[in-house]
This record gives sequence, structure tokens and C-alpha cells, in this order.
Amino acid sequence: MSAFSAIGSDSELEDEAFTPGIEPQPTWCPGCGDFGVLNALKKAMPEVGLNPDEVAVFTGIGCSGKLNSYFESYGFHTIHGRSLPVARATKLANPGIEVIAAGGDGDGYGIGGNHFIHTARENHDMTYIVFNNEIFGLTKGQTSPTSPKGHKSKTQPSGSAKDPLRPLSLSLSAGASYIARTAAVNPNQAAEILAEAIQHDGFAHVDFLTQCPTWNKDAKQYVPYIDIQESDEYGHDINDRAEAAHAMYDAESKLHEGEILTGRFYVDDERPSYTAEKQAIGEMPEQPLAERYFDEDAEWDRSYQLLEKHK
Amino acid sequence: MWRIAGGSGDGIDSTSQNFAKALLRSGLNVFTHRHYPSRIRGGHTYVEVRAGNGPVESRGDGYNFLLTLGDSFARNPGEDAYYGNEEAKPLTENLDELNEGGVIVYDEGLLDEEDVAEINLQERAEENGWHVYPVDLRGIAREHGRDVMRNTAGVGFTAALLDIDPAYFEEIISNGMSGEMKEANLKVLEDAYELGQEVEQTHGWSAPEGEGHDEEQVLLSGSDAISYGAIDEGCRFIAGYPMTPWTDVFTIMSQNLPKFGGISEQVEDEIAAAALAIGASHAGVKAMSGSSGGGFALMSEPLGLAEMTETPLVLVEAMRAGPSTGMPTKPEQGDLEHILYTSQGDSTRVVFSPANIRECYTQTRKAFELAYEYQIPAIVAYDQKLQGELRNVPESFFDEEPNTDPGSVLTEEEIAEAAHHASGKFKRFLHSPEDGSNVSPRSVPGQAGGRFLATGNEHNEVGHISEDPENRVIQMNRRMGKLDDIREELDAAEQSHQTYHGPEDADYGIVTWGSQQDTVFEAVNELNEMGHSVKAVGVSDLMPFPETEMTEFLDSVEHAVVVEMNASGQLRGHIQKELGKYGDKLSSLLKYNGNPFEPRDIVEGFETSNEGGELPHQRMTYVPAAGD
Repeated sequence: MSAFSAIGSDSELEDEAFTPGIEPQPTWCPGCGDFGVLNALKKAMPEVGLNPDEVAVFTGIGCSGKLNSYFESYGFHTIHGRSLPVARATKLANPGIEVIAAGGDGDGYGIGGNHFIHTARENHDMTYIVFNNEIFGLTKGQTSPTSPKGHKSKTQPSGSAKDPLRPLSLSLSAGASYIARTAAVNPNQAAEILAEAIQHDGFAHVDFLTQCPTWNKDAKQYVPYIDIQESDEYGHDINDRAEAAHAMYDAESKLHEGEILTGRFYVDDERPSYTAEKQAIGEMPEQPLAERYFDEDAEWDRSYQLLEKHK
Repeated sequence: MWRIAGGSGDGIDSTSQNFAKALLRSGLNVFTHRHYPSRIRGGHTYVEVRAGNGPVESRGDGYNFLLTLGDSFARNPGEDAYYGNEEAKPLTENLDELNEGGVIVYDEGLLDEEDVAEINLQERAEENGWHVYPVDLRGIAREHGRDVMRNTAGVGFTAALLDIDPAYFEEIISNGMSGEMKEANLKVLEDAYELGQEVEQTHGWSAPEGEGHDEEQVLLSGSDAISYGAIDEGCRFIAGYPMTPWTDVFTIMSQNLPKFGGISEQVEDEIAAAALAIGASHAGVKAMSGSSGGGFALMSEPLGLAEMTETPLVLVEAMRAGPSTGMPTKPEQGDLEHILYTSQGDSTRVVFSPANIRECYTQTRKAFELAYEYQIPAIVAYDQKLQGELRNVPESFFDEEPNTDPGSVLTEEEIAEAAHHASGKFKRFLHSPEDGSNVSPRSVPGQAGGRFLATGNEHNEVGHISEDPENRVIQMNRRMGKLDDIREELDAAEQSHQTYHGPEDADYGIVTWGSQQDTVFEAVNELNEMGHSVKAVGVSDLMPFPETEMTEFLDSVEHAVVVEMNASGQLRGHIQKELGKYGDKLSSLLKYNGNPFEPRDIVEGFETSNEGGELPHQRMTYVPAAGD
């Protein structure tokens, strides 16, 4: 019998199951887009048939880092920018766990940018939600990697001289196999996209526009949004890499012109996940590694077997 | 003691390993010391092999036999380049340490008369009573195969000069190679051996004849022993990023873990490497990472995360000369304070510094055991010297049972019985664990009913962020208290990690740590033979510090010299900080020129500390005790 009975158990749960029994008072401001991520995630969970004990949510630092304080599951609130390397190791150690990582745009695209690139490149089977509010919120409104050029803040008093980072394009070139953008102002689309991202077998990156009414924009500024899958004007083959690249470039440019393009941008269902790749070359056990430590019948090799070459 | 010198890429390393193996098989005890540049091709490199019938535990003083191939990869052969005549360097740079009456064999195929005349070899040989044998090793190699077989020719010639049975080398070549390569090497060996027998031998000494071992011996490095300790503790996950000299352990683990059902991950940087080890450990797997100075600096932040979240973690720090990139392939012990204190807030970690192959194995095992039982990071600190040196150990030493216990992790049945908050969350960080210890047992993701939040913020019993002052003090005291508990466990152990040497009632002491220990012990033997009254201790437990043992040792001597490979006397400072005294009792003997201590260095330093005065050279630095 598995030492992890929560994994893979059939459960029909309501989204309340993912609300802590006694909810800590959120530190998010009224009107904050982060509530949109929390609600969408809670809504997506019953859709994909998961229970709280088989889900692990890894966060970085910032307002977004509190996601797992208000979401009922295993949680790991790590350090700034480092949620991905912690998260992907848990996935390797026990692939049955549904791993979700989350952080802000500074966390994921700035300080943790290197980890973002490499986790996408390796195509770990996990979901990465980036709370993109185009600002550093928790540290009180400094310019972030996605802030538009010219953005003024206390640390950029003359306005930023830098072009904003293009998160979707970066993700595509790095190797993510599911890339979407959604917004807190569109709860239904957000829940659907998160459910898809969780079910996707590979690295799913969701750039989640979360308004920061205190330091940047309020919700109104992300309205009206356009769902590119439902729009007559937009729409591309999401399995086509080149078309996706065009669509992403458009969406990134238009965000700063006040046109909010959301939806699925790229989906590659063919590419094997990292776990599958590693198993194919014989460098990843079939039995989850974490199981072995609870398995009384497991056989353990020892270094004594390696001594022949030292004689 | 035999030294082979050449350029990187001349096969110095593998040749010396085979040489050591041959002597081991002939029944001798062996010890090797490796010196190499941070280059792929060219640059002066050498390996020493010391062998004897008695215990051979350190590098020894100087050496007796130089086989110098010359650097076949030199950029400006024969010319006066920026760094001097590089081709001849393997000859010129090794002469200072060659003992009186020693032997020099050089490849006259590569080093011509001019090279040799340039350095007045003839004159110096006469002064020192050296015996010089020029021999065209390249010629022999070319006759049967390729230039690189010069090293085999050198070994064959050495065997003849030192009266070593060439059958040992033939066996190693036969088992390690095949086809044309094997045949060519065997012919080169034979020819060179015959040539060596024909030349007129003037040196008049030979290698000791092996008397045989009681049981089969294996030849290992410190890196092998650390890796094997980890494997036997059930470590099946490693994440790393290449960096010299840490790469050694990372390579050995990466080659073996997949075979043993484990996982090895080479990742984007050292921050990720340590973070991955934390993520795997969080999921219940025994995991490790590691690096050297600069890479370890990047691990500083995740190290603090492991301390705060009480996630077990084992790191290896393979020290090299710093600061910054420093001297990447040279040993130093300059990272001690870095290892002890790096990261946010008060450090809560275990730090061991093993001194030799056996200690590398046993202390790595203990590091895992403590890390997983006490939910605390444990660091094994060693250096480039111990990483690269080979020693023989009886095979039975490794005939140990594995320990695959994941430590203080609950099963689902136990979680069901354990304390939960009204919210449904498992109390992962109990203020007062039930058994009265400071360790609050953990659950791992996927276990039913075990949900909790791990966070680098201060947190309450279920893991929620809390800045409540009362909770803060309770959690801090519990986490810090684990160090006292670990010290108590180590003090109660049958075998201390500290190693003592010399007469117990000696008047004077020498304190050292890590890789310098066995060299110090050899010096202690010499000093006592010379009529001094000295004993020594090699400290391995750096945190939590062995207060009782060290107080006892230091109280028992009039004065002690702290011997370490760094420029600021870091162990001396650490002892004074931990014990709050002895500033007027401890002096420092420091060496940071890229070469480890030799026993005679320590003899010299001890005499300076005893008689006062200054060291006659700049190879080492002596810092007297406060008030002296």
C-alpha cells in the first residue's frame, strides 16, 4: 500500500475544501487582483479532481507569496525568486504530487528569471502562475521588470529607461509547453485556464494580470479584456510556434497601449515532460523516490558494491 | 616518495593512480598528493606517491624521486615566456623540494641540453647529491605508439631504478586497456624497464619491498569516501553545478545514483542546486548538494531557508584558495567562517570537517543522520587537498549496513494520531514536542492529513506566518536548542570526532582541523623524537563546538599553536569565540601559498612558537598569542 494515500484517491470535493477551516486574515488590499488568482485556483481544483493533501503550492516572496497561506493544501512559502527549483525537486521526488508554483513578476521574471528559463526549458510537469501586476507591491510600488517604459517610482524618479520584459515570448523561447495569459478581472476564463494548465503534462506558464490598486492600476484598467480565442479579430493556431510567437509579441505590445489580450497562446501536447524524458534515459526510478523510504521491502544498494574498481 | 611531473594533459593523474595501485598491490601502504593548475592543457602539474610498510598517513617532507616528463603542451616551448620556460617547468619547479640524495629522471626527448643547462642542473645535482638520469622517454613511446605513452615509459624506467617488479604494472595495463593501446603500452613498459636495468645506477637505494596486508585494501580519495558515506545513508538525490573541487563528489554521485535508483540533477546555478535539495528533502527524500567557495556563497540564502523551515539538508563545501575565484585548484581552509555563519540571522547548522578518508565516510554518515533526525542543515567541509589525495583503507571498513531511515518523519497512521489545529492543519512546528525534545516530527506532501505550510518567515505551530513575540522566542529557542541536543549526543558517543595524538601529559599542544590533521600528527611524532613534549588535536566538530573536549585539551597544555591553511587564523578565532578565553594561550601557524603543510613546516613553526623569533621565510606566517 502506498505511504501516500492522498495521491490519486478519487475525490469529489467542492471548492470550499481548498479554503482553510479557519481562514487567516489576508494581507492583500481591498480590490487586489491576487484574490482573483486565489478564487480561480480554488474553482479549478474540483474541476481536475484533486484533493488538498495531494497538492503542493510553492510560492516566492511578495504579496503573491501569501497564496498558500489562504489556500488549503501542502504549502511552501520559499524565498524571493526560488519557488521553482524547490517545487520541481518535490515533483521529481514524488511525481504523484500536483505541483503548483506561484510568484510575482519581480519574483519570477526578475530575481528568479534564471530559474524560470531553466524550469521552462526542462519542461517539468507543473503549473507556474505569475501574478503580473507590473509593479513591486509589497515593497511599496517600485518599478518592476514588467513595468512599462517611462514608469515613474521612488526608485526610478525620472521614469524607467528600460523596455518591459516580454514574459510570454520569453517563456516560449525558453521551452514552456503551455503558455497562457489571463486576468483577475475575468474569473471564469482564469479558472478554466488554470484547470487546463494543471492538467497539462509539462511546464504550464500562466501570466496572470493582477491589478494592484494601491501602487499601480485598479481593475478598471484591465477592462475591457479580449479573449483571443473568442475574438473575431484575433485568433491563431495555438499549436503553431511561429504563429504563437507573433500573437505573444502583439499581446505584450498592446498591453501598454491599453488593449488587454488574454487566452491561450501556445500549447504543445506532444513534448514529453521532464520526468518522462529522464525515465527514458534510465535516470529516474519508476517507483516514486519518496515511496522508497516508507517501503519496507525496498532494496538498498550500498557503497561496498563499488569497491572493486578501487583495488 | 615518488613524484611524477608534467603538463596537464600529459596523463600525470592516471599514471600516478596506476603507480599507487601497483605499490598497493605489492603490499605497501600508499598516500598520494596532487598539485595541478586550473587549465585543461599545459601548466605545471605533479602528483606524489608515498609508500611504505608502516602507516603512511600524510604527505611527508619533500620527496626522493622525480620523474619529470616536461610539459608537452607548453605554449612557447623553449622560449622565455611570461611565466618562464613552460616546457621545462615540470623539471625546474620541482627541484626545491627534492631531498638530498634524490633521483631525477627527465625526458630528454622533450627537454634538450639547452633547457637543462639553463637551470644549472648539473651544478645543483652535485650540491645536493642528486642522481640524474636523462632518458629519451618520448623516443621509446614513439617507437611503439604515441607520444602520450611517455608516462608509461617513465613508469617502466622508474620500476627498474627502484627495483619494483614490473609485473604489477603489466597487470594494471592489461586490465585497464585493450587492443593496440594495451599492446603498445606493454611494449613501452618493457623497453623502458630494460633500458633502466642497463643504465649505470648510482643512487644506491630502492623502493621498500611490500610485506603484504592482512586483508584486501582499497584505494580511495576523500571525495569517494564522502560520496560513499552519503550513499550508505540512503541519499538518493543530488543537485549541483560544476565547480572545482566540489565537482568530484558531484561526479561520483551522478555516476552512481541513477544505478541505485536515485536522481542526480545538474542545474542552472548553486542557488537552484541547494533549493532542489531542499525541495526533495521536503518531499521525504534524503538529499544533498554542495559546492566550493563562490558557489557555496550562492547557497547562503537557501541554507537559511532550510534552517528556518527545519528542512533536513546536507551540503558539502570543498574549499579552495580564495577570495573570489582565488586559486581554483589549490587547497586552503579560508572558508571556515563563511561556512559557519553565512546566511540570514543566527546560524543553526551542523558543521563537520573530516581529516582523512575514514573520517570523510563516517562524518558524512553522521551529518546525514543528524540532519534528518534533527531537521537541520549539516555541512561537510573539506578541501582540495583531501579531495584529490588517495589512501588505502581495508575493504572491510566499508562493509556497513545502510541507514535509509528518513528521520523524524511520521507515517499517515501517526499523523492521524498527531495534533492538528482546529482549521484542519497538522501542527508541524509544535512549541513543545511530545517527547520533550526540540524536534517536532514532520509530514511530507501527499500524506493524508499532513497539510502544513513551510515558510521562511517566522511561523506558528501549523506554519502560518506569525510575528507574535512570544511565539517568536519559543520557536527560536526550540530551533537553536537542537544544537545543544546534538552536542550532547556527540559528547555521549563512543567515538569522538576529535582525534588526539601524542603523549597525554605533554606540555604543549597543536590544534588543527580538517585535512592538515595527519600531517600535524606526523610532525608531533618528529617533535617528540627531538625531545619536545607535544600533543595534538584535530578538530572535526566545528558546530556545535566540542566545548568540553577542547577546554580539557587546552587547560592541559601551557601553550598551543593552531595550524591552519588560511591567512587570518579562523579556527583560532572560532575557538576563542566559542570558549570565551585562551587568547593568551593560542598562537597561529598559517600557510596560504597554495600548498598544504609538510610535517617539517609544523616542526619549524612549533619551534618558533616555543623559542620566539620569526620564521626564516615567507612560506608561512606565525602569529603569536595575545600578550606575547
